[in-house]
Amino acid sequence: MRVLRLALWRLAASLPTLVLILVGMFLLLQLAPGDTVDALMAQMGGGDAAIAEELRRFYGLDLGIAARLGQYLLRLVTLDLGFSAIYGKPVATVILERLPATILLMVSALSFAFSFGMVLGVLAARRVNRWPDTLISTLGLIFYATPSFWFGLMAIVLFSVHLQWLPAGGFSDITRDLTGIAAMLDIARHLVLPTLTLGLIFLAIYLRIMRASMLEVLSLDFVRTARAKGLTETRVVARHVLRNAMLPMITLIGLQAGTMLGGSVVVESVFALPGLGRLAYESVVQRDLNTLLGIVFVSALLVIAINFLVDILYARLDPRISAEN
Amino acid sequence: MNRRETLLLGAAAMLPAQALAQAETPRRGGVLTVHFATEQRILNPSLQASTGVYIVGGKMQEALLDLDAQGNPVGVLAERWESAPDGLTHTFHLRRGVQWHDGRPFTSADVQFTAMAMWKQILNYGTTLQQFLEAVDTPDAHTAVFRYSRPMPQGLLLRAMPDLGYISPKHIFETGDIRQNPANTAPIGTGPFRFVQYERGQFIIAERNPNYWRPNLPYLDRVVWRVITDRAAAAAQMEAGQVLFSPYSSLAIADLQRLGRDPRFEVTTRGNEGNARTNTLEFNFRTAQLADIRVRRAIAHALNVPFFIENFLGPFARPGTGPIPSVSTDHYPTGDMPQYRFDAALANRLLDEAGHRRGAGGVRFSLRLHPAPWGEDIALWSTFIQQSLSQVGIRVEIVRLDAAGFLRTVYNDHAFDLATGWHQYRSDPAVSTTVWYRSGSPRGAPWTNQFGWVDPRIDGIIDNAATEVDPARRRALYAEFVRAVQTELPIWMPIEQIFVSVFNRRLRNAGNNPRWASSSWHDTWLAS
Repeated sequence: MRVLRLALWRLAASLPTLVLILVGMFLLLQLAPGDTVDALMAQMGGGDAAIAEELRRFYGLDLGIAARLGQYLLRLVTLDLGFSAIYGKPVATVILERLPATILLMVSALSFAFSFGMVLGVLAARRVNRWPDTLISTLGLIFYATPSFWFGLMAIVLFSVHLQWLPAGGFSDITRDLTGIAAMLDIARHLVLPTLTLGLIFLAIYLRIMRASMLEVLSLDFVRTARAKGLTETRVVARHVLRNAMLPMITLIGLQAGTMLGGSVVVESVFALPGLGRLAYESVVQRDLNTLLGIVFVSALLVIAINFLVDILYARLDPRISAEN
Repeated sequence: MNRRETLLLGAAAMLPAQALAQAETPRRGGVLTVHFATEQRILNPSLQASTGVYIVGGKMQEALLDLDAQGNPVGVLAERWESAPDGLTHTFHLRRGVQWHDGRPFTSADVQFTAMAMWKQILNYGTTLQQFLEAVDTPDAHTAVFRYSRPMPQGLLLRAMPDLGYISPKHIFETGDIRQNPANTAPIGTGPFRFVQYERGQFIIAERNPNYWRPNLPYLDRVVWRVITDRAAAAAQMEAGQVLFSPYSSLAIADLQRLGRDPRFEVTTRGNEGNARTNTLEFNFRTAQLADIRVRRAIAHALNVPFFIENFLGPFARPGTGPIPSVSTDHYPTGDMPQYRFDAALANRLLDEAGHRRGAGGVRFSLRLHPAPWGEDIALWSTFIQQSLSQVGIRVEIVRLDAAGFLRTVYNDHAFDLATGWHQYRSDPAVSTTVWYRSGSPRGAPWTNQFGWVDPRIDGIIDNAATEVDPARRRALYAEFVRAVQTELPIWMPIEQIFVSVFNRRLRNAGNNPRWASSSWHDTWLAS
């Protein structure tokens, strides 16, 4: 019950920010020259001016900016995200279709980055300034410095073109009809390369943070006490250091959930995945305001939800945080 | 290898792939996977004339006519046709025994409905072509008589029909808003392939139509279009064998050249001859300097087009000679038309004569250049223009915008000095070429004369040619048109290109007509 109340409170507190973001987005897109009918004309390769006028009326573009913004916000109050100009379907449906791929990619990339980052960070911290530390830190630097589209393309060239181990793109094998476990395995196979590509950069960040945080905690008094008690080094690290060193990592997850949603435009394009990032990009290019605002809205909700979960985790890991509340 | 072997190999390489393919027996079955680079809002070619629609919708819906291997009109849903000498009526005799994918018969009522409610009202370029179409009479279920209020040249109608003549089922579209009909993204046609599934952002699937009117066709079980927006990734998917065909120059120029050296692929313009385009240089006559013909000619003389083509575009482009590309067998003008060869000294002299002396830093004046955002060649070409013009003292600022922004800024707001993009030639100059030159186009219509340039004489030639029923006189009028616009130079079209296809060599009967990527693929098959 307390959690639910807290969640509602959080949502209410984020509402003004949400409205500000939506209005800002709306106005920003008005600054871009051209509207969705121009984008459609570009796609068609031409058309006469009378048709363009008719289409503008059809999409409601003949109204003023203020009127359209007002209409949009009014509709939003009833949770109606409007109609997508590109897809000819309600925005909610369009986003729902894309959400699974995005979330699957985000969750797998985040868990990959988080778990491997943690393990490598701990390893590096325990062998600080020796060869494993140098090796891990150098690898981390390389991952961090490499652009993800290049990583993705090179992974495709190696694993799909030359070795032919993994598919080069797509979400599933559409030339075969698979069901059940086989279909799940198929999707997993398709997600390996995108997950690695998206995860590697974040892995680098996580391992740096974990290493630094471990080193810091290892120098604290209570660790000396634990060692003085005669605990084995493994037990000290696992029971005492790790838990305290995790806090910055958890903070980072909350911060990066948003980045992952946006950062996946590149990965989704390279691997031809049907995610929210590509949808957002397309909406901007096609000036599909409703879809873009819908994505912003849903992404904002997702980020709020994730940050809420992070706060709960915080309290779990460090009882002092909730006690002070 | 001795000399004789080399000669033999050379001879084998010269044998057209087509001849080799015909020696084999077509194999039934297989899935053709196609690179689909830009998703469209709809897939119905009766409502939207664009290659992005034909590449999908053209397999499920059919037109009255298509082009044969030699580029001549050949009947599809129409078996034969005749025209009255005055060009006011054109009669199409329709194929019998053709069924829509839902089992209903195809009749002249479908043709009548599509022509009047779609081509004349909604279809881009169709609205202009069919502007004077008064009615389509249907004396019986298999005859459609097109009646025009002004003469319609038969050549123009027949040339335009493969692209602008797709038929939609009346019984599906007659109720409700045509634009919002669900069949626009789940086509119901008469074509060799039946729509199965469309997952936005991922793929489209079509399967063999078992009741197709051509007996025992198509050969392929399925066609799958994979949405791949990243060009490098698409090239990798071709190499991984996940995609067997990439149409319409959708890969990077460097990848096209690389795949062309790979024996598994054929990189070719074959099958795209009907889709020629020219790169444009559009002058805004509202900019004082550009209204002076000496400045426009100086700019043309300042650009070394053969050098640019050789070093940046490779073998897929050639110097253009005017608005009508050389692949147009009917209308490419014979005789020498005014051309503008590279001559920097002449360019400098013309600019001096026009009174634009070099000022500080050798700069005569500055211009804004808006490149269209489609095509790598346009980006390269715009940079080349910038660098070349700086040599003759014209400073160029490149303004890059996305598609919607480009169209709005150039063709509606007219806020540009120079613009460059593509002019698509669609089988006949009257379809989408003369609109670039005819004055009086309403503001905001893209790819039309929005340049503030008016020449009543050229307007007259354009209007006369559009209704001239005698093919020889029509051809002469277009030659006169080309000579006039090459002299006045309101727009310069110095580069001619044909779209490039990349085929996996397993593909057979690929590229066997001039608009193959858009055509129905009923005889395409895959070797094992």
